[in-house]
Parts: sequence; C-alpha cells; structure tokens
Amino acid sequence: MAYSEKVIDHYENPRNVGSMDKDETNIGTGMVGAPACGDVMRLQIKVTDGGVIEDAKFKTYGCGSAIASSSLLTEWVKGKTLDEAAEIKNTAIAEELELPPVKIHCSVLAEDAIKAAIDDYKNKK
Amino acid sequence: MKTPIYFDYSATTPVDKRVAEKMCDCLTTEGNFGNPASSSHEFGWQAEAATDKARKDIADLINANPKEIVFTSGATESNNLAIKGVAHFYKKKGKHIVTCKTEHKAVLDSCRQLEREGYEITYLDPEDNGLIDLDKFKAALRDDTILVSIMHVNNEIGVIQDIKSIGEITRERKILFHVDAAQSAGKVPIDMDDLKVDLMSFSAHKIYGPKGIGALYVGRKPRVRLEAQMHGGGHERGMRSGTLATHQIVGMGEAFRLAKEEMAADNERIRMLRDRLLKGLDGIEETYINGDMEQRIPHNLNISFNFVEGESLIMALKELAVSSGSACTSASLEPSYVLRALGRNDELAHSSIRFSLGRFTTEEEIDFAIAKINDNIGKLRELSPLWEMFKDGIDLDSIEWTAH
Repeated sequence: MAYSEKVIDHYENPRNVGSMDKDETNIGTGMVGAPACGDVMRLQIKVTDGGVIEDAKFKTYGCGSAIASSSLLTEWVKGKTLDEAAEIKNTAIAEELELPPVKIHCSVLAEDAIKAAIDDYKNKK
Repeated sequence: MKTPIYFDYSATTPVDKRVAEKMCDCLTTEGNFGNPASSSHEFGWQAEAATDKARKDIADLINANPKEIVFTSGATESNNLAIKGVAHFYKKKGKHIVTCKTEHKAVLDSCRQLEREGYEITYLDPEDNGLIDLDKFKAALRDDTILVSIMHVNNEIGVIQDIKSIGEITRERKILFHVDAAQSAGKVPIDMDDLKVDLMSFSAHKIYGPKGIGALYVGRKPRVRLEAQMHGGGHERGMRSGTLATHQIVGMGEAFRLAKEEMAADNERIRMLRDRLLKGLDGIEETYINGDMEQRIPHNLNISFNFVEGESLIMALKELAVSSGSACTSASLEPSYVLRALGRNDELAHSSIRFSLGRFTTEEEIDFAIAKINDNIGKLRELSPLWEMFKDGIDLDSIEWTAH
C-alpha cells in the first residue's frame, strides 16, 4: 500500500516521542487500543493550572498510519485548552494525513487517545 | 546491489532467463505458435511435441508418468480441481473431507464451498510447530471420509509435513490423498513412486517459471477419477478443457527441468544464507521463530519481533521486499490465520515478518538486510509503549485492553 507523504514524514520523523510521569497530577495519560488488534497508542498531556496543554508525548505500537496519527495529534494539542483538544475529530486527522479507508481506524484511535488523556487528567483533580 | 532487495520468493519468483528464452520461442510466426490440439498439420505436431516434452520434464522432477500430469492455470486451480473434482465424483461413497487449518486459501475456500453443498469438513489443528500430529490425524478419519488434503510445505512458515506417513495411512484406509505442493516442488525431493499420494498440485511461478500455469498430478495406480470443473473441448483427457498454452507450458517444463538439475546446489547455498541471516539477528532480544526449525525448507524464515508491529517494521525496512503476518490493512484487523493456528498470540502474529530466499539471493543482500533490521528494531521499540512496559516488568496480559 502506498502511504501519503505526510504519513511517511511523521513515521520517519515522529514528533514528541516519549514518556512523562503518569503519577504527576498535572499529567493526563490515555492508553487505547489492544496488542491483539495490532495497535496500542499512549498519549500523555501536561496541563497548566489554567487548563492549557503545554506539552504532549506519545508512544505507539502499530502501523505507520497509527504512528503518524498519534505524532500529528501531539503537535495539534500543544497550546490548546482541554476543551479545544477534546474537539479534535478523527476526520480532521484522517484528512490531514490522507489516510485511505482501511486506515481510518488509526485516526479514530487517536481521537480516543486524547479523550482518554483528558479524562485521566480530570479524574486526578 | 540494487534496492529494494527481493526477499519474497514464496510469493513469486522471477522467471529464470533460460526459461524466458524457451518461452519466447513459442509465440510469433517464426516460433512454435501452433495449437497442440491441431492434429492435421505440422504446426500442431510441433506444438504438441513441445508440450509433451514439458510434461515429461515436469513428471521427471517428481518421478511420475507424464500421463499423470494435467495442466491448469496454476496451483489455485489445481487445488480446486482436485478437491471439488474428487468430492463431486465420489459423493455417493461419502461426504467427509479432512484438511488442516494452515492450508492455503485455495484449499480452505474450496472446502468451504463444499460445506455449502452439504459436505462435512474436518479442519485439523496443527501442533505449535506447525506440524500435524499423526495420531490426531488418524483419529479424524471416518468411514465416510473420501479425501484428505494436506499441503507439503506451508507458504507462510515453510514447515514440511510428513506426507509419506500420511499417505501410508490414507492408502490403507482407501481414502484419496491430495497434496498442495506449490511451495515444495523444486525445493524438497518428491518421488511419487515412494509417496502414496493420489493428487498433487503444482505451480510454475514459485520455481522460476511463469505465472498463470500449473499442473495437477492425477495418479493412475490406483486410478483417481475426477469430475471436471472446466468443460469444453475435452483437453487433458477431459479433466481440464481449454487450449494448451504452449509458451506457458514450455516455460513450466524448463523451470522444472532446471529445478531437478539445480535443486541440491540451490538448497545448500540458500541454507547457508538463511543461517547467516538467522545468526545476524541473534543479538535482538524477544524474537520468536514461527514454525519448526528442523522440518522446514531453508528458503523460509518467519520471525516475530515482539512489541513491534509488522506493518510498521515493513515500512522501516522499505529497502527489503518482505511480507508480514500482520493484517493491519484488512478490515477485520485479524492477523495471519496460519500463525494463530499455531497458537501464537495475536501480538506475536502481528509482529511477524516472512523472509523468503531464492536462487538469486546473495550474501551481500543478506548482510544488508541484517544491518537494516538491527538498526530499525531499536528505533521502533523506542516508539512502542508495549516495549517500555515490558522493560518495566509489566505483564501485558494483566492489562485490560480496550479492544476495538
């Protein structure tokens, strides 16, 4: 299958790979997917007291499109408020990365990941 | 050395130049273009002589009689003809067939079709090493079993089934035995005098012949009957109608003749290359070889790199043409049914890569592959949350994943 240039760029130069301490109260962690399904995404956000995402990190086990979706997501959420980040739709990710229909689930997973990270952060409060 | 490097010889092989030359001689006005069925003139006689020679070369590789070779469009058609042809012809004798879960789709789907027609199929589970346990096999046979279909060499994991022993069992019970030999012909010695096999499927393009041509061995002693699946001019003794494709058949014949001459030397060289590849990957932790390592053709190395998803690894190894047991591209998200049948968990199935080597693989290519894989596994594991958890000593099975 041919990948779009944007997927290849994110895959070869993934942005914001890494981990943050999940026990910190200003960190929200979202881990979605399952190894059995072939993809697991872990997205972490660091949130300021004012409710703005100041940093984001990810690690993803999955295909190139899954890696690219999570890499792109970390770029997009930085600087956004939690409410703004929660508004990110999978369709926007799929469109930006020109994902083919069989890879749409990768963008769905990314949307799930940011929602899960926000929930985790809010639950700590 | 040109990239990408071809490591997918189990999918198909390039046509050997010596084969291509012979094929080109059977196409144009200057060449042997006649219809082998034209018995009234020289053009037909010449074409028939060429297909007869090819038939003999193919029979010679497996020590069979040329009269036992029926040309088809490939192993898929041969499998269909063998399974449906036998089932339909012998339906009054019984309606039970035994096969294995790791067979090629051409066998499994033919069986599914027969199930829809009212036949009963037993799909055997292989052992963890991909091989069939003979006691379990015997236990699956019934008085109304008419056919057993077991492949010789598996296309994904390269393991070699004990078709000699299986043949002894089926012959004693007077059950017909079909073997899909698409992946074994030219790689494993086959002697039809020694094997009690009634039907055997072959493909040309897996051993340096052209695509679109194959054959079905139909035994004469004891005689095997088939109901034709393709009707028409009654070619191939009524078993498969359709004008013989002279150039394809000549190509297949030459490929099989070369295979007989060069198999032993090819195998030795390829085994050396396979061992070199395996040794080169030795330093990578958490790798698992899929399928038995002894009962296996040297051409195949199927290996799971735990915590790295296969498709992303293929993307990283873009200079290497390999295939993966991961099915991230399929809507079902289901990984290789062959690896699952071995009892491999889905994670390892998703993490598998198949390297298949062949006649034109070089040591330089193997060394290049070793370097690329070693470089990229580390990078992908740095990206993998599963690897991080594994390194932190977290049991991945203890986590409640959200399946999607």
